[in-house]
Formats: sequence, structure tokens, C-alpha cells
Amino acid sequence: MATKKLMKGNEALAEAAIRSGCRFYFGYPITPQTELAEYMARYLPKAGGVFLQAESEIAAISMVYGTSAAGKRVMTSSSSPGISLKQEGISYLAGSNLPAVIVNVQRGGPGLGGIQPSQSDYWQATKGGGHGDYHLIVLAPSTVQEMADLTVLAFDLADKYRVQTMILADGTVGQMMEPVELPEPVQKEYDKPWALRGKGNGKSKFITSLSLSPEELEQWNINNFEKYRHIEETEQRAEEFLMDDAEICIVAFGISARVSRNAVIAAREKGIKAGLIRPITLYPFPKDILRRHTSHVSRFISVELNMGQMIEDIRLSTDCCRPVSLCNRTGGVIVTPEEVLAAIEGGK
Amino acid sequence: MIVFDKPKCLKDAPMHYCPGCAHGLVHRIVAQAVDELDIQDKTIGVAPVGCAVFAYNYFDVDMVEASHGRAPAVATGVKRADPSRIVFAYQGDGDLASIGMTETVHTAARGENLTVIFINNAIYGMTGGQMAPTSLPGQITQTSPYGRDVNTVGYPVKVCELLATLEAPYYIERVAVNSVKNVRRAEKAIRKAFQNQIEGKGYSFVEVVAACPTNWKMKPVDANRWVEEQMIPYYPLGVFKDKDEQK
Amino acid sequence: MGKITFDSDLCKGCGLCVEACPKGLIFIDTGTLNQKGYHPAATAEDAPCIGCAFCAMMCPDCVIKVEK
Repeated sequence: MATKKLMKGNEALAEAAIRSGCRFYFGYPITPQTELAEYMARYLPKAGGVFLQAESEIAAISMVYGTSAAGKRVMTSSSSPGISLKQEGISYLAGSNLPAVIVNVQRGGPGLGGIQPSQSDYWQATKGGGHGDYHLIVLAPSTVQEMADLTVLAFDLADKYRVQTMILADGTVGQMMEPVELPEPVQKEYDKPWALRGKGNGKSKFITSLSLSPEELEQWNINNFEKYRHIEETEQRAEEFLMDDAEICIVAFGISARVSRNAVIAAREKGIKAGLIRPITLYPFPKDILRRHTSHVSRFISVELNMGQMIEDIRLSTDCCRPVSLCNRTGGVIVTPEEVLAAIEGGK
Repeated sequence: MIVFDKPKCLKDAPMHYCPGCAHGLVHRIVAQAVDELDIQDKTIGVAPVGCAVFAYNYFDVDMVEASHGRAPAVATGVKRADPSRIVFAYQGDGDLASIGMTETVHTAARGENLTVIFINNAIYGMTGGQMAPTSLPGQITQTSPYGRDVNTVGYPVKVCELLATLEAPYYIERVAVNSVKNVRRAEKAIRKAFQNQIEGKGYSFVEVVAACPTNWKMKPVDANRWVEEQMIPYYPLGVFKDKDEQK
Repeated sequence: MGKITFDSDLCKGCGLCVEACPKGLIFIDTGTLNQKGYHPAATAEDAPCIGCAFCAMMCPDCVIKVEK
């Protein structure tokens, strides 16, 4: 049996990235993700990789763009305000179909906001973020173990679909320490015939997101959205907890899901048929899994650390066939099991 | 015997540049350097946003198009991914000295083993002739219709002088392409900037003072005269840093 | 004795080669329109070209081939 190691979420993520074959990291310090960059600075060179502290988040994501164009596995990480700065580069990565892994260890916003945990970048992560028609695959870890496991998945999905994967963590899972079983250092190799390595004896290639012909750009977007549709059909992931007979369904991701899980247990002890669906992929949103339960669920409660963002996806996924209420805290305040239990009992 | 022909590193595609635009000439010089150094197979270029955005249609090497101003950062990513590749960024004055000044300065400060070619024609060409960070004092543009007023928008940025204050850059030179004599110097400088990279010497930067006849609203021949009489006095040609000479 | 050849359809008639030629052998052929709609640069068939290639060095569109 593999041994477990006590690690911070940010460090587990970084180590998992190295074990996934990521040899290039470009970033800029910002709380609460800085340990991730520090870990990379210490260990990536030992693995024969390149750690570079960029002059800004914009520069960092542009370096990611260059390294990805050269066909290498590459990652950047930041926290909310820094992720806003990266949106330019993320849109260009999307516009060029270049795979990359972007980590957002969220803090409260808007603006400079605070440094306490938050989930208020849900919309930014799942609805685009930068300009233009595109999606990121968004993964939401709720444990240190998942910080590692979803990183392996993030690199795999990015290469498999030539998309950008965002790991949407928060300050809590980033900072907390838990035992983690690190993944074996293996990586799936993906053929990247599009990568720029110099033309050699062949034809020269170019990578661009520019397309001045409207028809061409339209077709490009249509093709990409066929890919996204396929991703929506095949890559939905969620954990279900006590959902078989649940009448009240909590939907929560990340740290909110861990809090909600305790509330569901407490509700069950009181004889209330509560259950939890924890989306692991926020895009694609696990709507099929939610829909499967609408026959026995009488109402949904969205538990999130923001003013109510994911709640819209719950309503859309279920065609508003059941009432959906919001149980939330924001600004860096974390919702308590008691508050969630009150929402379950409240019958709102 | 052929004395002069199109470099093989330039594709046959007709260039979209305006008549007399210096971009085509500088493309030729870059392509010629790549040919002469026999590095076409392993060269990767980074195109800017601006008039040279379509540079990848002309250079017959692998190319990647950066977002506005980020070419040095993208080039850093490409070079770090595989240091055996020869990587160059090709940028105009708005791209390099305005929106991308941060990336420009820090890439130079890191001493990245890259070649950066900077076209300074004192105006934004692609968007139709607005004021650039390098527009001359008093220069009339679409966004300085009464002439660049240094009291409100300050003075043009002298990029070579600025970068030469940094420790890491290996080679910084300013050239022009308004005359045969200057073109010859430009050819030599650009070849050296690539040669330095091949030898792993570090960051090499060549600023090319160049004409934009269309947006200057001049005939190409007059534009080249304006380069000589107005641009070069403000942007003196020459070597600002060369660690070869310091040895 | 040199010889210059123009890829006339790619010429934009900017005139930089005219200015560069030390012998004054190149002119803009205002009697001709090329595919792009420009009056291209030209030279007389028997022009006493010295093969210095100044014209080609100044050409922004790589239109000129010089032989000697």
C-alpha cells in the first residue's frame, strides 16, 4: 500500500503536477496560493524542469502560451485578482486550442477583496472569464487528496481535448494539511503534431488565435463547441452522498461541500432525508446527475461561498422543476454546518 | 551569378504592407540572417499585434502569434521549453514600448537568450496612425492632431538607452533602413543578434528606425528622408551595449 | 555587367529602388498597371546595370533579383 504523506493542499497539487509530467511552471506570488509557487521553485528544477517567477500574471500566462505552443505540459497558478489578469492569456490559449492547466486558489472579491477563502470566481471560471466564445474545464477539489488527484486529471483532460483546465480551489483546501496518497509518477503521452519545434525538414507551422474572416471564425467556434458538447456529455463528475432516497438535496463544491456533508449527517440523525451532490466538474456542470434525482428530491439548496452563482446552474440543469434556495456566506466567511442544517430544516 | 534574390526563409505570399513600408524590408533582413546562419529548421518566431501580426504568413519558419505586447513573454515560454531552438520576437513600437513595456524590460533584465527585433516607426500603423510611445515631440498623429505636446503626454521613449541601463542584456543596437548604407548596418546587426543566441550569449535587441509612409502621409522616398532628418537625430544609431566589446 | 529582374506583379511602385540606383536606371512605369493596380518599377532592357543590388536591398517587397 502506498504511504500517505501529510501535506498542504497547495503543495500536494504542486507535487502532483510534477508527477503528471509538468516540467514548466510560470507564476507570480499572491496569497493564498503562494506555497504552490514556492514548492515548484524548490522541486521543479530538481525534476529537470523550469520554474520562472514572471514579472506579472499577464507575463506568466503568456509564457504558458509559449511553452504550450512548443508542446510541453505547463501550469500556472494564482488567486482571484491574479486570475483576472490572466484572462487575456486564457482567452488566447482557448483561441489557439493550446492545452494548459491554470490553478485558482480563490480568495474573496471583487477588487483586491480579502485573502480569506471564497468561491466567488465560479462565474468567471465556468462562464468564460476572458473574451470570446470558449469554456474551460473546471475541476473543484474539496480535499487535499483531490488537490493531487484532480491535478493529474487536469493535465490529462487538457492534452486529450486541447483545452484549458482550471482547478478551482479555495484558500481553505489550499492551506489545510491532510494525509495524501500521491499519484504514481506516470503520464499519458499525447501526440502533439501541431506543436512548434522548428520546421525541420517539413513544412513550417504557425499558431494563432487570429481569424479575420467571419465565416472562418464562426466555423472555428462551431467546431470548438462540438468539442465542448462532447465534453459535457462525457466528462461530468460529481460525488453523491446519501442521495438514493434524498428529498432535500444540497449541492455544494469544494470546502462548502465538506461543511454540507456534516449538515447532511446531522439532518439524517434528525430523520430528515437530506443528501448531497458535490460537483467535481463545475464545467461541465453535472446536470445529468442532478436530473437523475429530481423524481425524489423535492427541493435543492445551493451552498456556496459567494452571493449565489452556482445556484443558476442548478436551476438551469433542473429546468426549475424544483425550488432551489441559497445558503451562503461570502467575503471570506465560511458557512457553518449549523447554518446549512438550518437551511435544510427551514423548508424555504 | 545571382547577386541578390529573395531569401528562402521568406514565403512567396505577397506581403500586405503598404507601398514603401519598412516591415517588408526588415522581414527580408531577418529572413536573410536565418538563411545565412542556416537555422531555418530550428527557428521559431513570435509575431506581435500590430501591422506585423501576419508575420507568420511571410516567414517560412514555425511561428506563434502573441497577444498585444506579450511577445517577449511568449518567446520566453518557447525558448525555455526547448533552449536548442532559436527564438525571435518581432515587434512594433506600440506593442513593445507601450503595452508590452513590462515584458520588454523584464525579458531583457532576465537576459533571456532571445533575439528581439523592434520596429520603431513612431506611429501606430495597424489602427490607422495614432500616437506611439516613440512619436516625436510635435509629431502630428490621429490622437495628437495638434502635434505631440510633451507637456501633457511627455517625451518619446528611447528604448535602447533604457534597456542599456540593465545588467543582463548582451547586445543592444539601434539601426535604420532608410538608406543602403544603413540597411547594410542593419543586416550586420540583425545577423549578430541571431549569432549571439546561437552561441548562447544572451539577450540581443535590435531597434530598427523605420518609415511608415502611409500614416506619416508621405511618399516613401520622402518618408526615408524624414527618418534621416527627424528620427535619427532623436534616436541616434549605434551600439548601446555589446558585451563582446567589454571583454 | 549586371542584370535586374522585377517580379512586377508584386511591385507596389514605392520608388525606393529608383532612389537607390546609383546609375539612375530604374523608373516607375506609369504606362503599366500590374495585378495589384500599381505602376511597377522597371528598367530598360539594355540598361548598363553594374549589379550593385542597391535597388534590391531597399525593396520592401523582395521584388528584385540581381545577377552579375
